[in-house]
Amino acid sequence: MKISRAELWSGRALLIVLMAITILPFISIFTTALHPSGTVPSGLEWPADPQWGNFVEAFNVANMTALLASSTFIVVAVVPVALLISTMAGFAIGHLHIPGSRILLFLFVFGLTLPFGGIIVPLYYLERELGIYNTRLAIVLPLIGLYMPFAVFWMRAHFVNMPSEISEAARVDGATTWELFWRIHVPLARPPITSLGILMSVWTWNQFLIALVLVEDPTQRTMAGALGAFQGHYATNIPLLCAGTILILLPTLIIFILFQRQIITALLQGSVKG
Amino acid sequence: MFFRRVSLSRGISRETLIGWLFVLPALLMYAVFVLVPLLMSIQYSFFRWDGIGPMTWVGLNNYATVLEVPDLLGTIFNAFRLVVFFSFIPVSLGLVVASVIHRVATGRLGEIARTVLFLPQVIPLVAAGIIWGWLLAYPGLINQVLRAIGLGAITRAWLGDFDWALPAVGFIGIWVLLGFCTVLLWTGMTRLDSALYESARIDGAGWLAEFVNITVPLLRHEIGVCLTVTVIAALAAFDIVYVSTAGGPGNSTAVPGIQIYILAFTQQRIGLASALAVMLMVMVLVVILPLQRLSRETHYEN
Repeated sequence: MKISRAELWSGRALLIVLMAITILPFISIFTTALHPSGTVPSGLEWPADPQWGNFVEAFNVANMTALLASSTFIVVAVVPVALLISTMAGFAIGHLHIPGSRILLFLFVFGLTLPFGGIIVPLYYLERELGIYNTRLAIVLPLIGLYMPFAVFWMRAHFVNMPSEISEAARVDGATTWELFWRIHVPLARPPITSLGILMSVWTWNQFLIALVLVEDPTQRTMAGALGAFQGHYATNIPLLCAGTILILLPTLIIFILFQRQIITALLQGSVKG
Repeated sequence: MFFRRVSLSRGISRETLIGWLFVLPALLMYAVFVLVPLLMSIQYSFFRWDGIGPMTWVGLNNYATVLEVPDLLGTIFNAFRLVVFFSFIPVSLGLVVASVIHRVATGRLGEIARTVLFLPQVIPLVAAGIIWGWLLAYPGLINQVLRAIGLGAITRAWLGDFDWALPAVGFIGIWVLLGFCTVLLWTGMTRLDSALYESARIDGAGWLAEFVNITVPLLRHEIGVCLTVTVIAALAAFDIVYVSTAGGPGNSTAVPGIQIYILAFTQQRIGLASALAVMLMVMVLVVILPLQRLSRETHYEN
């Protein structure tokens, strides 16, 4: 190894500066959140008299209990269903070699780059027709549909690499297609299913546009959607806005710190395959 | 292969039918909530409609309007200006940072740096927009820092300034996407044959030589992936822009996603919004397809 001292230290300095730029915004909203409600403090200033009560106030005005319940409900409604049906489709397309599987794959892949903004307007009118507008289903059902291109593509990539001998052996033992899928292939597919589950949970929790357009009541939305509404109400009360933002970020931050390795791996794999 | 034979011997029906039943739920959800709205977007784009009254056929007029009205066409230009900030800067800076981590921070520092830099990728974009909305405000941290280093003369309300609002929004994008690109590219570097780097370093190759001759050419697949993800993030941007500037001041940060939302839900011009939506979808496809091909080809080479 021939790395000069100068390079060693300038490289490390660069990393430390970049980490500071990443972290400082969080510190700034934290110190701002501790200033008296309604004041306009400067960006980074420890308050003379920290107002910890701001967090309690933000918790109450943002209706955090309802928000957490709503976001959790949406994630729990979207992710298992999306996992099950995309795994089934990926299995049939990638492993059963059903006729038409190439066309089906193409159809799903076509949706991979589709921006949500491209279909949000008709989705609004469609949901009014279906009578699900302004309910949590208004977020749950489109999200399941919108995740299908990526999820099916992802699961197919796993099943296409599974050796067919596994299935042949099970068939000889008289397993039905469902038993073959559920008893043999799903347990073997746990790593990609787990990563996909993490990915879809993060995406759902952070989903904004769909929640903003399709649900009027913030307490029926996702966390990110509710944050948008909170900003609308408290844009001028900066300490309270910062306190609310921190509260809404907190669950994400805790989950990220606990599961950072799995989350980073899932997000990276997700983009490489997609 | 086995199943093809089975299905042939039993006749198409049973095996095939079961296979299709496995695909059906996913296909149904995809069709109802993605493909049908997609076709509806195309259909709406040929009509003038306020969302309530009767629809009037106007042919391609909505598309012509998007191309003629500077404020509408401007949103497409703004989207491409955002590509510079959301895509080119994070990918090129990410390459530099990843190779720095790879060379000088192989231990604990590198691990901490990767986790910390990745953090903005996990929080909702809305939260990033709100946080930076405050940092870039007149009393915010950015101006405080500028004053501290003697640049008080250039302080301003960055997101409210006609010339600076778009770069400021772009900067938020850099903050969000740099860590993602860095970690993805770093992962790619660790997969490269370390013997390549060893022999280069024994020859005394400096950082730049190693970077230009080994890292960039061999990471073309990862670079393609980063470009794809970040270009989509730029062209389809909504969340960050909506909470930080809502497209303003004037129309200086309006991107197609924002304009579609405004046209459809505050101005009730559904046909025009849909024409812009169709153009956005086509634009993303046209830009992404060549990038995909690039990264695929190199993937096979490797």
